[in-house]
Amino acid sequence: MTADQLHSIPALLARNVASFGDKPAYREKEFGIWQSWTWAQAADQIDALAAGMLTLGAVANDHIAIVGRNRPALYWAMVAAQRIGCVPVPMYQDAAAEEMAYALDHCGARFAVVSDQEQVDKIADIREGLPVLEHIIYLDGRGLRKYDHAAMSSYADVQAAGRAAGLSARLDELSAARSYDDTCVMLYTSGTTGRPKGVVLSNRNVIETSKNSSDFDGLSVGEEVLAYLPMAWVGDFIFSIGQSMWTGFCVNCPESEATMMTDLREIGPTYYFAPPRVFETQLTQVMIRMEDAGRVKKWLFDHFMAVARRVGPDLLDGKPVGGLDRLRYALGNLFVFGPLKNTLGLSRVRVGYTAGEAIGPEIFDFYRSLGINLKQLYGQTEATVFITQQPDGEVRSDTVGVPSPGVELKIAENGEVFYRSPGTFMSYYKNPESTASTKDAEGWVATGDAGFIEEGSGHLRIIDRAKDVGQMADGRLFAPKYVENKLKFYPNILEAVVFGAGREYCTAFINIDLTAVGNWAERNNIAYSSYQELSQHPDVLGQIEAHVSEVNASVAADPMLAGCQIHRFLVLHKELDADDGEMTRTRKVRRVVIADKFSDLIAALYSDASEIYTETEVTYEDGRKGKITATLDLRDAVVAAEQVAA
Amino acid sequence: MKDSYVTSDGRTIGGVLMDMRGITLRFGGVEAIKNISFDIREGEIRAIIGPNGAGKSSMLNVISGFYHPQEGEVWFRGAKRPTMRPYDVARQGIARTFQNIALFEGMSVLDNVMCGRLTHMKTGVFSQAIWHGAAQREEVENREAVERIIDFLEIQAIRKTPVGRLPYGLKKRVELARALAAEPKLLLLDEPMAGMNVEEKEDMSRFILDVNDEFGTTIALIEHDMGVVMDLSDRVVVMDYGRKIGDGTPDEVRGNQEVIDAYLGVAHD
Repeated sequence: MTADQLHSIPALLARNVASFGDKPAYREKEFGIWQSWTWAQAADQIDALAAGMLTLGAVANDHIAIVGRNRPALYWAMVAAQRIGCVPVPMYQDAAAEEMAYALDHCGARFAVVSDQEQVDKIADIREGLPVLEHIIYLDGRGLRKYDHAAMSSYADVQAAGRAAGLSARLDELSAARSYDDTCVMLYTSGTTGRPKGVVLSNRNVIETSKNSSDFDGLSVGEEVLAYLPMAWVGDFIFSIGQSMWTGFCVNCPESEATMMTDLREIGPTYYFAPPRVFETQLTQVMIRMEDAGRVKKWLFDHFMAVARRVGPDLLDGKPVGGLDRLRYALGNLFVFGPLKNTLGLSRVRVGYTAGEAIGPEIFDFYRSLGINLKQLYGQTEATVFITQQPDGEVRSDTVGVPSPGVELKIAENGEVFYRSPGTFMSYYKNPESTASTKDAEGWVATGDAGFIEEGSGHLRIIDRAKDVGQMADGRLFAPKYVENKLKFYPNILEAVVFGAGREYCTAFINIDLTAVGNWAERNNIAYSSYQELSQHPDVLGQIEAHVSEVNASVAADPMLAGCQIHRFLVLHKELDADDGEMTRTRKVRRVVIADKFSDLIAALYSDASEIYTETEVTYEDGRKGKITATLDLRDAVVAAEQVAA
Repeated sequence: MKDSYVTSDGRTIGGVLMDMRGITLRFGGVEAIKNISFDIREGEIRAIIGPNGAGKSSMLNVISGFYHPQEGEVWFRGAKRPTMRPYDVARQGIARTFQNIALFEGMSVLDNVMCGRLTHMKTGVFSQAIWHGAAQREEVENREAVERIIDFLEIQAIRKTPVGRLPYGLKKRVELARALAAEPKLLLLDEPMAGMNVEEKEDMSRFILDVNDEFGTTIALIEHDMGVVMDLSDRVVVMDYGRKIGDGTPDEVRGNQEVIDAYLGVAHD
């Protein structure tokens, strides 16, 4: 098969079966052992399911919802849908019933392939409002024995029916009918504002992007990846289906969500993606455990980490490093870095990416100094992930890299970043107005982020969400995320939300990191009974106050953003949570929701009060609601003198 | 009483699996159990409830063969059971968990659960030590059975963790795993939810129902949480001071005046 015939995922699958049929394509740890499937076996499973879906009555262009954690069978379900000309729509498995109802209704799914009883129950709750949904196919039948099976079947039964029907010629016919510009997949954006939107990506979008990005990092059939990020997220679709299908590398699925770190260590991926939060959490854990380590170990760690910080990044970038330092680094590798990387499961990482949020420079440098080639990329669902990424040897913590292959960038007058690329999405499903307002006739797409291209290096730097960048009452620039990121780089601050648009001065809400602060409390014999109590402990507030003041000093040094210093702040009594609608499922803060929900607290920050009593409604994981009350301390932070531009 | 019956949620309950006939158990002059008779049917979830000191755990110990009643007969699967040691009872297909967790704290979860397979192992200490042929095959087969239970109870993430490091709720689950590893016909649970929070109780309830549903295991349990007992069980025996004061479906028991007086609670004067 020639390259120009590889115009769909099923076509790539057929190529992989022909080229490396007996190489592992999928692995999953089950019953304590890594089970694997070769490309030929995977294709057989996919065909059986696809034929089974035909016998259930699926027709071309149907939307088929996929809900569950990363499992080979669910990846096969996506390809099986494509095999019969249908469109897979992966959805967030931890979404609440009403969120899922919206997406299922909006895409008009006739079939849903789900993981287990939990998802079946969730859909059963909302099924009345979904007249179009005909049949559920479930993977794990546990607890479902007594359910009415009129409108649901097990995955294995559907496959058996498919095998019995003998439809392979029909499958080939349906696959061949798909063109390069037909829909490949539909993904719902997490939606920082308003309802999620269904992003329609074509075969061209997915395959061109997978090809370009695989070439960029020289990905090959020998890579190992761990598929653990939500299947509904565009990144997972590109890494675990697009790039895997394009290059033929093996996708490994963890045993359960809780075993992810163990599984990571066992697989030792060569190509790895994680959001900054994962790297932060890992680093926090390492640091906490080093605090508990013996003196000799602690000394070794501190000593060699200092060496690593000095020369590690240069070694990684291939810059000249003196012989003595090389020797020291090699010793450090033997005693500290090697074992540490092994414990983290990152020994074999050749290409690592982080994206989605800004990563703290210390965190970024920590991993790079260990010799892990961690890089940043900038992207979004509408671009089929890639907009910019960092080439090897040009990695920095404060930029997001140069345009990815085939991507054109332009910066609008208001600072908003626009791009045009082979990955530019087709449209938002059933939403021509939003499509038109996001993508213009020439194919330029507004990212919604404000940034600039750095002189000299050509790297893109992102400042903030364009709509969040505003003005203070006196007309100075207000960029909340810039300040929030600086705050979040402190290990004991989990989240920060800065207010100040149209105001005299800026204020902030802070969320403490329970792991870090809890450990500190334990170490210092400070007793607390709840998150709320710990968050209002005077010593904790004192520490946060010091951090805010430090951030103010650093913000004051930037003449453009000096107005964003935080004058007053409070530490929130609850963690911001997606279940309460305060964050998206990908853990980005929803400013409007927060500003509305905690309007009493914001008003207090802009008054003279020194404390405030508040009541907050919270939603538990099972959907029940409760109320928590608290009296919060309002603190003033030290504001640094601004450097007045001459 | 010989016939099977169908529960409200559509499960078919079979004939009598275990029949306790006129059991009396004395410790010196104390009569812990006074002439109690009841049966446990195949596929049933049977609860034994009663105030502290009512003799519930003693009754469970009689079933498991740990105590030998002075009077009365124990019939299991249609035959009168002679006086037996607990390990013989276990070999007959009866497994249990304990009110105060009885796990090997220094051993991993996996090893603890493997212990539950003991009754299924036939090779001797010597051939196991040299680890060859039949012993090796047997270990692999049993490990597979254990892994299915680990998967069933969702404890993969703690497979290699020493039990001593686990929180209480998880230890309870590991104990259930060990009992299940024996593939019992009759599973005895002594206060499976004592000391748990609401979420842990919900999880444990789900596991108990799933065990009953998936493996068809008959379950006899002692539990203090009335909500749990009434939701889970098909029939309930109520004990008070060693006597049986009620026996029937949760609804029947709830309406029984003697039970209400003794246990379910009336306001104290």
